[in-house]
Amino acid sequence: MTLLEASGVETLYGPGCPDCRDATGDRAGTNQCPHCGTVVACAEADLDVEGGEVLGIVGESGSGKSSLAEALALERDPEATVGGEVSYAGHDGNLLDVDYQTRHDLRTGDISLVHQHVRDGLDLEFTGGGNVAEKLLSAGWRSYEDVRARVRELFEETEIPVARMDDPTRTYSGGMQRRVQIARALATDPDLVVLDEPTTGLDVSVQARVLDTFRRVQREEGVAAIVVSHDLGVVRLLADRTLVMRHGRIVESGLTDRVMEDPHHEYTQTLINSVL
Amino acid sequence: MTALSVEGLEKTFDVHVLDDTQVVGLDGVSFDVREGEFLAVVGESGSGKSSLLKCLYRTYDPTAGSVRYYGAEDEETVDLASCGDRTVMGLRGDAIGYTSQFLDEIPRVPAVDVVARPLVEQGTPTEAARDRARELLDALSVPEALWDAYPATFSGGERQRVNLAQALAPDPDLLLLDEPTSALDPETRRDAIDLLETSLGDGTTVVGVFHDTDVVAAVADRVVVLDDGALEAVLPVEAFDGEVGR
Repeated sequence: MTLLEASGVETLYGPGCPDCRDATGDRAGTNQCPHCGTVVACAEADLDVEGGEVLGIVGESGSGKSSLAEALALERDPEATVGGEVSYAGHDGNLLDVDYQTRHDLRTGDISLVHQHVRDGLDLEFTGGGNVAEKLLSAGWRSYEDVRARVRELFEETEIPVARMDDPTRTYSGGMQRRVQIARALATDPDLVVLDEPTTGLDVSVQARVLDTFRRVQREEGVAAIVVSHDLGVVRLLADRTLVMRHGRIVESGLTDRVMEDPHHEYTQTLINSVL
Repeated sequence: MTALSVEGLEKTFDVHVLDDTQVVGLDGVSFDVREGEFLAVVGESGSGKSSLLKCLYRTYDPTAGSVRYYGAEDEETVDLASCGDRTVMGLRGDAIGYTSQFLDEIPRVPAVDVVARPLVEQGTPTEAARDRARELLDALSVPEALWDAYPATFSGGERQRVNLAQALAPDPDLLLLDEPTSALDPETRRDAIDLLETSLGDGTTVVGVFHDTDVVAAVADRVVVLDDGALEAVLPVEAFDGEVGR
C-alpha cells in the first residue's frame, strides 16, 4: 500500500525566476540559478514510499537530500519556498498546503522526523524521559501514568537504561541521546519516520548499535522510513530502495543492492568508487 | 516442471568512469531450470557466473532478455528481468534467496541473530528463529562457542558457514548460491554439501556457482558451462568432466 507519494517537490532559497529549474540540476552542474542567484536545493523530485518500506537518500553534502527529506517530513524553514505535491494515505489533498493545525497533527502523529543535530530535536536541559513525554503530551496524552509507562516502554525498546530516565539529557552519551531521539520519534506509533543523517557525531562502534536498534524496531513495528545519509554503509544496512541525488535532483533510483553494485549513472559510479 | 526459464539474457555494463567503456558480462544466455533440481554454473574466472546469478536476483539490471519465474502453481509468472522493484522485494522476502561468497554482516550482531534475521523478518517469533539458526549452525559444524559472538572476528570459513546458514534459514523455493563453499576446508565442505542435499530433499530449486568440481559432482543434477559471457553447454552432471573453458 502506498503510504506517501510525492511529485515535483522543490525547495528554493531566494527570489526565484522562470529559469531556475532549467538552469540548475545535474546537466547544468549546479544548484544555483545563474540568472537570479536562487539556490534550488531540490527540485523535480518524484518518489513514493510503501507501508513498512525503507527508502534511502544518498548524495554528497549540498546535493539536496536533507532539503527533500525535510519537505517530506513537513518541516518548514521560513527562509525556503517549498513547492510540489505530497499526498499521504488517509489524508486528503496536498500536505505541503495544509494549515498549521493539520501539519501539527500530522507531525505529532503520523510522520516523525529525527533531526541530524541532537540539539534541533531535543531539549538537553530536559530529562531524557521528559523529551519523549513531551511528544506524547503534544499528541494529546493526558494521564501521567500512561505517559510514564509509554516512555518506559520506549526506553526499553530502544535500549536506553530506564534508570537514567529522569536525568538531564545533556548527561547522556551521544549514542543515548540519539536513542532518545528515536524513542521520541516512535512515541506516537507513526507510519513514517524520517531520519536525517542518523549517525552524525557518533563513534563507529556506537553507530552500528544505534542503526541495528532502529532496524529491529522498524521491522517489528512495520513503520516506514526515509533515511538520509552521505554514508553509503548506513543506507546499505537499512534501505530497501535508494535514491541518489546530485545538484538538487534525483539522478538514479532503484533497489539498494542494485544501485550499489550496478550503478547506472556516472555520478553514482563515482560515488560507489569513492568509498574507503 | 520448469521453475525458471532464462532466455537471451544479456548484461552490458556502461562504465562511465572509464570513458564510457562497455563491458559485456553476459551475451545472450538461455537455459531452463527444473523445479527441485540443483543446477551448477561453472566456468573460468570472468566467464559471467556471478553476473548471471546477480541478474537472476536483480542485483544487476539485465540489459536484454527474460527470466521467467513460475513460482507457486496459483501464482502468476513473473519476468524477473523486467518486473518492478516492489515485485522483486516481495519475492526476495521468502521465495527467492541469494547468498554470495562473502558474509554481508551487520556490525555487533551475533552469529545466531545474523542467521535468524531473515526468519524474524518473515514474521517468525525471535526465539523460534534462533532455535532454527542454532540447528543450522550446528549442522554446518560452527563451534557452539561462536554462536553468540560477532562474525567480524570469525575466520573466512566460519563466516562462510554463517552466510550459508543464513541463506538456508528461510527455506526459499529458489536458492541462488554464489561460491558458498570457496573458503571451506574439505571436512566442512562435506558438511555444507550434506546440508545442501538435505535442503534439496525439501524441494528447493538451486542455481549455484561453484569453483570446486568435487562439490559439483556431489550435489548437482545438471551443469551450465559459461565461457566469456556466453553459454557453452548444458550437461547432465554425469557428462561433466570437470573441465571448464578451453
